[in-house]
Amino acid sequence: MASILVFSERANLAFELLGKAKELGGQMGLEVVAAAFNPADAEAYLKRNASKVFYSDQAELKDFEASVYCQALAQMAQKAGASLILLGSTRRGKELAGRLAQKLQTGCLTDVKSLQWKQGKIICVRNAFGGATEATQVITTQAQVIALMPRAYEAHAEGEKKGEIVTLKLGLKPSRVKVVKKSEKDARAVDIQGAEVLVCVGKGLAKQEDLKIIEELAQAIGGLVACTKPLATDLKWLPESRIVGLSGKIGKPRLALCLGISGQVQFSVGIREAKTIVAINTDPNAYIFQITDYGLIADLHQAVPQLNAAFKG
Amino acid sequence: MNIVVCVKQTVDLQQVRIRKETRQPVLENIPLTLGPIDKNALEEAVRLKNKSGGKIFVVSVGGETLEETIKEALAMGADEALLVTAPELDAVESAKAAVLLAGAIKKLEGYDLILLGEGSADNYSGQVGPRLAEILDLPQITYVKSLELDGRKIRAVRSLEDFLEEVEVEMPALLSVVSEINEPRIPAVTQILRAGRKPKKILKPADFPIQLAGGRWVDTLSNLAPIQERKGILFKDGLKDLPNLVLALKEEGVGGK
Repeated sequence: MASILVFSERANLAFELLGKAKELGGQMGLEVVAAAFNPADAEAYLKRNASKVFYSDQAELKDFEASVYCQALAQMAQKAGASLILLGSTRRGKELAGRLAQKLQTGCLTDVKSLQWKQGKIICVRNAFGGATEATQVITTQAQVIALMPRAYEAHAEGEKKGEIVTLKLGLKPSRVKVVKKSEKDARAVDIQGAEVLVCVGKGLAKQEDLKIIEELAQAIGGLVACTKPLATDLKWLPESRIVGLSGKIGKPRLALCLGISGQVQFSVGIREAKTIVAINTDPNAYIFQITDYGLIADLHQAVPQLNAAFKG
Repeated sequence: MNIVVCVKQTVDLQQVRIRKETRQPVLENIPLTLGPIDKNALEEAVRLKNKSGGKIFVVSVGGETLEETIKEALAMGADEALLVTAPELDAVESAKAAVLLAGAIKKLEGYDLILLGEGSADNYSGQVGPRLAEILDLPQITYVKSLELDGRKIRAVRSLEDFLEEVEVEMPALLSVVSEINEPRIPAVTQILRAGRKPKKILKPADFPIQLAGGRWVDTLSNLAPIQERKGILFKDGLKDLPNLVLALKEEGVGGK
């Protein structure tokens, strides 16, 4: 029977993929098969919508390495008769997606934000042009490899265990890459992508010393200071790691507060996913006001100290 | 040591505007350039060459204007260019680009290292590297943030979402880099002038026995700026309206915790 084969190296992401696969499988008449490489995952997937788990614990698969996992999944896909291979769009998932698609001679899309079965096609939406646009795309090859972004869909709750675990004996060429060590990323590094609140400042800021009031505000509302590209690269008032937008980080904060920013797409792609966008700008016609929930026409140099007073108190 | 750097010509995204009425990107008259991460890959190749010697080949697939854009790579320090150009290769899809790049690379007299950016500027799907590695049967090390050579051994630190992974591999191998790896040089005028005289070889798709079945493997149905669903409340009364903004922020849970 034709099927959807689901895999992610992160079990939580695999749960999300399985939820979506179940829905698509129902619409497309496909069985949902998961790939697992440790026994706990295999058991868990059977409780989260997989009707079968292809399992292997061969030594070559102990650590994730793209070329070996690619071989394993290609063999599993063949065995499952998979017409859709659904992967998680993490960095590992993406490097696997391209290699696997090549091996299986299929089209591939990564960083997919939404999937929809419509008129016999799987419609995929993903960002293009650095996030300035959203492309709606379909893969035309008979089988397809799609890497779905984390949190695109919610995982289904754990249910009754259904189906079976099938242990496969895979033919694997061992990895040529040796992992020497794993280490933590620098914890002091500012995490713009993960920030709950971003206080973004642009060229409306008159002078570098005025950053002080911006930092005060960020502190008062529990946010991080971020900036537009010119403020870092041209004026060098803030490090480049603080740039939000096309040339910098893409955030998904609860609140993005935009101060003295005109709102060109090169910046706004970095905050577009924010739950709430607020802007303060002197120019009532600034484009930023077209993409904000709340806007205030005012000079930030006067407004910010008042905001500081309001939120400190 | 032969270092291959694969690059892609794209529109300069810094200059793309969105047409408000139609939500379409305005791409006419936008200059074409190399992707910013492509330049990191080139810079890394130059750094390795300066340290360990060798030759840098820049390899690319694209439309007829590719030759002009590739001058920048030669000015940055690539020694030779190997291009596959044809009008229909403008905006070529990843699967086909990988096959053509592999075909071009096979025409070189051996290679030790293939470098490219983790993703292209315009599409950023990150497929070409892994596809190329699969076609050439090479080990792939993606998302490299630092890299050292020790004889035939490559030592690289990969930047994954939550941690760093230090790996070793023997040449030949394919590596994709992230932008943190270095600061790409801006070529001097003399280098730009010299770039025009560096060897360039132009190949055509007909030079390869391509077996890419069917037409496009990915169809694009639309490509528009997303619709923003925002409240759009604008306080127009300057500082007098500030308390209203504070109230709104507090309702959104700001400063409340």
